[in-house]
Amino acid sequence: MKLPASLASLFSRFFRRSKIAEEMAEELRSHIEHRADDLERSGLDRATAERRARIEFGARDKYAEESLEALGGSFFDTLVRDVRLAVRVLRKSPGFLSAAVLTLALAIGANAVVFGVMDGLVLRPLNVPDSKSLWGTVYGEDAGFQSYPNYLDLRDRNHSFVDLAAFNFVFAGLDTGNNPSIATGFAVTGNYFDVLRMQPFLGRFFHGSDEHGPNSAPFVVLTHAYWHTRFHDDAGVIGRVVAIDKHPFTIIGVAPQEFRGTLKFLSPDFFVPIVDQDELGAGGSLTERGTTGAIFEAFGHLKPGVTSAQATDDVNAVGAYLSATYPKEATQRSYRLARCGLTAFGGAVNAFVAALMALAGLILLAACANLGGLFAAHTADRSREVALRLALGSSRKRILRQLLTEAMLIALCGGALGLMGSVALLRKLGAWEPFPETPIHIPVDTDASIYAVALILAVVSGLLFGIVPMRQVMRANPYEIVKAGSDARLGRRVTVRDILLVVQIAICAVLVTSSMVALRGLERSLQCDFGFNPSNTMLLGANLSAAGYRKDEILPTQKRLIDAFETIPGVEKVGLVNNYPPLVYAAGSRENVYKDETRNFTQSSVAIMPFRYDVSPGYFAAAETDLLAGRDFSWSDTSSAAPVAVTNRAFAQSMFGSVTNAIGRFARMKDGHRVQIVGVVTDGKYLAVNEDGQPALFLPSLQLPMASAYIVVRSRRDPQELGAAMRHKLREVDPGLPGDIQTWNSLLQVALFPSQMATASLGVLGLMGAILSITGIFGMAAYSVSKRMRELGIRMALGAKRTEVLKSALGRAVRLLAVGSAAGLLLGILASRVLAFIVYQATSRDPLVLAGVVVAMSLLGLLATWIPAQRALAVNPVILLREE
Amino acid sequence: MSDQAQLLPGTLDLLILKAVSLGPLHGYGVLLRIAQITGQALLIEQGALYPALFRLVRQGLLEAEWGTSENNRRAKFYELTAEGRRRFLEETESWNRLTMAMTAALAAQAEEV
Repeated sequence: MKLPASLASLFSRFFRRSKIAEEMAEELRSHIEHRADDLERSGLDRATAERRARIEFGARDKYAEESLEALGGSFFDTLVRDVRLAVRVLRKSPGFLSAAVLTLALAIGANAVVFGVMDGLVLRPLNVPDSKSLWGTVYGEDAGFQSYPNYLDLRDRNHSFVDLAAFNFVFAGLDTGNNPSIATGFAVTGNYFDVLRMQPFLGRFFHGSDEHGPNSAPFVVLTHAYWHTRFHDDAGVIGRVVAIDKHPFTIIGVAPQEFRGTLKFLSPDFFVPIVDQDELGAGGSLTERGTTGAIFEAFGHLKPGVTSAQATDDVNAVGAYLSATYPKEATQRSYRLARCGLTAFGGAVNAFVAALMALAGLILLAACANLGGLFAAHTADRSREVALRLALGSSRKRILRQLLTEAMLIALCGGALGLMGSVALLRKLGAWEPFPETPIHIPVDTDASIYAVALILAVVSGLLFGIVPMRQVMRANPYEIVKAGSDARLGRRVTVRDILLVVQIAICAVLVTSSMVALRGLERSLQCDFGFNPSNTMLLGANLSAAGYRKDEILPTQKRLIDAFETIPGVEKVGLVNNYPPLVYAAGSRENVYKDETRNFTQSSVAIMPFRYDVSPGYFAAAETDLLAGRDFSWSDTSSAAPVAVTNRAFAQSMFGSVTNAIGRFARMKDGHRVQIVGVVTDGKYLAVNEDGQPALFLPSLQLPMASAYIVVRSRRDPQELGAAMRHKLREVDPGLPGDIQTWNSLLQVALFPSQMATASLGVLGLMGAILSITGIFGMAAYSVSKRMRELGIRMALGAKRTEVLKSALGRAVRLLAVGSAAGLLLGILASRVLAFIVYQATSRDPLVLAGVVVAMSLLGLLATWIPAQRALAVNPVILLREE
Repeated sequence: MSDQAQLLPGTLDLLILKAVSLGPLHGYGVLLRIAQITGQALLIEQGALYPALFRLVRQGLLEAEWGTSENNRRAKFYELTAEGRRRFLEETESWNRLTMAMTAALAAQAEEV
C-alpha cells in the first residue's frame, strides 16, 4: 500500500525534523563564517565581517523555511508550526475562543444527534443477513395489515419472492411458574427465521414443517434480551415449558443478540408460531379472510434479478386475483413494497427525519454565519499584526494558511465537544423506553458513522467560516494599515459581516417560527375534542383468556368487575369497551357496513367503513361521550334481544343525512344481519389525533363477548389511591387475573407520542436558533461598541445625550436584526407550510404564532444588545482618551 | 552593481549543476565558483542558493556529504550524481539551442526576412 508508506515517511520526517533543521542551521552558519573569513581577509575586523556576512546572506529564516519546503515533507512541519501559533493566538482571546467552540459544538452536536436518529430509523437496514434484498409488502394505505388466508395466497402465488414470511403482535401473559407478567411477542410464520436466513444463538428455531394447522406448534423462541433479563442467561431453559396465556409452550431456542425482531421501533420478548395466535388472543382470526388484524407485515427476499418494480406489479397481480376470487372479503387495494423495518410508517418517518435534518443543517449554516462574522471581526482586530507580517515578507498564502489553521482548530474542538454531547444523548435515547408497558423504543446506535459525520461537518464548517476573512487578507494593504493605526480595518467596512448577520438572524427566525408553529400545533391537538374526556379516568385492561376463562364465563366476570368497581367510594361511572378504547395503542379496527337495502355483500357495495367499538351500557357516560339523540345501550341489549347500534355524528350524517334521521333506521353488517340505530353520539378521534370526522359504530359488548377488554372508571379521586382500590377489587374478583391499571391520559401518550416527539425536537432546534441569534447579535453589538469606544467617549465629552450615544452605538445592530427577522419570518411562514404536513394542526397563518415570533425576536435582540449598551453608556471619556 | 544582470528564472539550477560539475563544492564555494565563471556578472542573493541546492538534492541530481573546508571549517560538500551529470548535459544542450535560436532571432536584419 502506498498510503502507509508515505505516512511512515511523513512521521519519520517529523521525528527527524529537528535533526534536519539543526544540520541546515549549521550549514547556513558555516556559509556565513566562510564569507566572514573572506571579508576578514579583505581587511575588516572579525565582528564587522560577521555582521556584514549575515546581512549579505539575506533573510536567513525565510531561506531556511524555503529550504525545508524544498526538501519536501514541510507540509507537516508548517502545520505543526501553524497549530502552535494558532493555539497561542486563540489562548490570547478566550472569549472569542469559547464563544466559537460552544456555538459550533451546539450546531454539530444537533446535526450528529439528528443524523444518529436518521441512521437508526432510515439509513441502516435491519440487522439480518442480506438485508438489501429484503422487502415488506404494504397492503392498502394504512399499514401492512392483512388476513392470514390472503397472506397464504400471496406467499404461494407470487413469482418474485424467494419465500414470504409474516408476523403479527401478541400481548400475552407469560408465566414461568410463579410470576405471570405481560410480555410482547411476535406471532410469526413457521418460515420466519428461515426467510431471514438466521441461526439460533441457543437451541433451535421452528420451521415451516412444524406447522400442522391451528394451535399445533406449542414452541417459543426467546429474544436474547428477554432471555438475559428474565432467565438470567440460563442455558438450561431450552426444553423448559412455560405458560403463555395459560397454554403450555416449550422454549426451543434463543435468537442471536443482534436480532431485535423485524420492526425497528418495537422489540418483542419472544416469538411463537403464528398458527398458535388464535389461542393467544391476537388480532384477527387465522381463518377469516376479511380481517385486517391477522398479519402485521409479510416480507421476504426478492429473487435474484427481480427488481422492486417488477415485484410490485407481481404482488398487485395477486391482489387483483384475490379481489376477483373473493369479492366479499378481499377489497381491491394496491400493494406496494417498502423496506423492512418501518412498514407503512416509512413514508411519514422519512419525511419527518428529512425535515429535521434540513432544520439541523440550517442550524449549522447559521452557526457558520455567526462564526464567520466573529472570525472576520477577530481578524480585523489583528489587522496590524497581519500587516506587519506582510510587510516583513510573509506571503499572503502563509497568512491565509495560518488563519485557516485557526478556523480548523476551532472547528475540530467544537466538533469534538459536540460529538461527545451527542453520543451521550444518543445513548440515552437508545436506552429510552417511552412507555413502561410497551417495548417501543427509538432505534439509535452510536457507531462509526456518527464520528465520521461529525468530523466531516467540523471540517466543512471550519472551511466555511474560515474563508470569510480571506478576502480581507487578500485586499489588505500593509502600508495603509501600519500608517493608520489600530483602528483601521482590513478591506471594506463591515458589509460582509452585516450580510452574514442578516443571514444568520433570518435562519434563526425560520427556526423560531417553525418551533412556534409546532408548539401551537401540539397545544391545539391536545385541546382538540377527542369525543371523550380522558381526564379523571382510570383504565383497567384485562384479558380473561390469559387467565384461562371459558367463553361463557366472560360476560358474568366482566359484569362482576364493573359492579365491584362501582362500589369503590368516589367512583362516578364505570363502563367497558372490548379490545382497546379509542386512541390507545393505535389499535382501532374498521368494519364494513352496508345499506339496509343492499343484498349483495361484496367489497364494492360497502356503504361505509366505520371504526367499530363494542361497549357496555354506561360506557358513554364513563367516557363522557355525549349522546346527541336516542338512547344508550341497556343491560337488556343481550344476544337474545334485537341487534342494536349507536353511531357517531359522522356516520349518521353520511348514511342517513342527519342525526335525527338516523334514529330507528337500519344498517346491515358484513354477514348481512340488520342492526337498528338507537342512538347517536358526538364525533371523536379513534386511531390518531390528526384524523377528522371519521365514522364510528358502537355495538353492545353484551351481544359479542370478548375476553380482552378495558374497563373505564371515572372518578375524581387521586389516581394512585383509585388504582390501589381497583387492584384490591380485582383481586377480590379473581386473584390470578393480571390487570393493567393506568390512567387514560397516560395511555394516550402513545397516540400523542409522534407529535410530541416532533414538537420536542422542533422546540429544541428553535431554542438553538434563539441562542444562536443572541450570540450573533451580541457579538456584533459588542464588537461595534468596542471599536467605537473612543468615538463614543469624545461624543460623551462633548455633551451628547445617552440616547444619542446608544443610537449611534447600537442602531446598526438593531436595524440588521429587524431586516433579518422580517426575512426570516417570511421564510418561516413558507417553511411552515411544509411543517403542516408533519405536525397536526400546524398553521403558519396563526396570528398568535406571528406575534410570538416578532416578540421573541425583539426580546432576543433586546437581551443581546443589553450588555453592549451598558458598556456604551458606562464609557468614561477621560480614561478612554488618556489610553490611546 | 547596476551592471549585474538579474538571473533568468530556472537558470540558477543549471548554474549550480555547472559549478558542481567542475568538482565537489560546499554552498559558499558554489557561490564563489558561479561568480568566478560568470565574471561577477550575475546577481544572486546568497541565501537564495540554499533552497535551490536542497531542491536538487531532493531530485537526486546532487548528493551531499559533510567534510572539512579549505578554511578548516566543517562544511557540507555537494557533488553531481550520475543522474545529475546526465541532466546537466541535457540542460546544457537545450540551453545552447535556445541561446543560438535567440541570438539568431535578435540578429535578424530587415532584408533577411
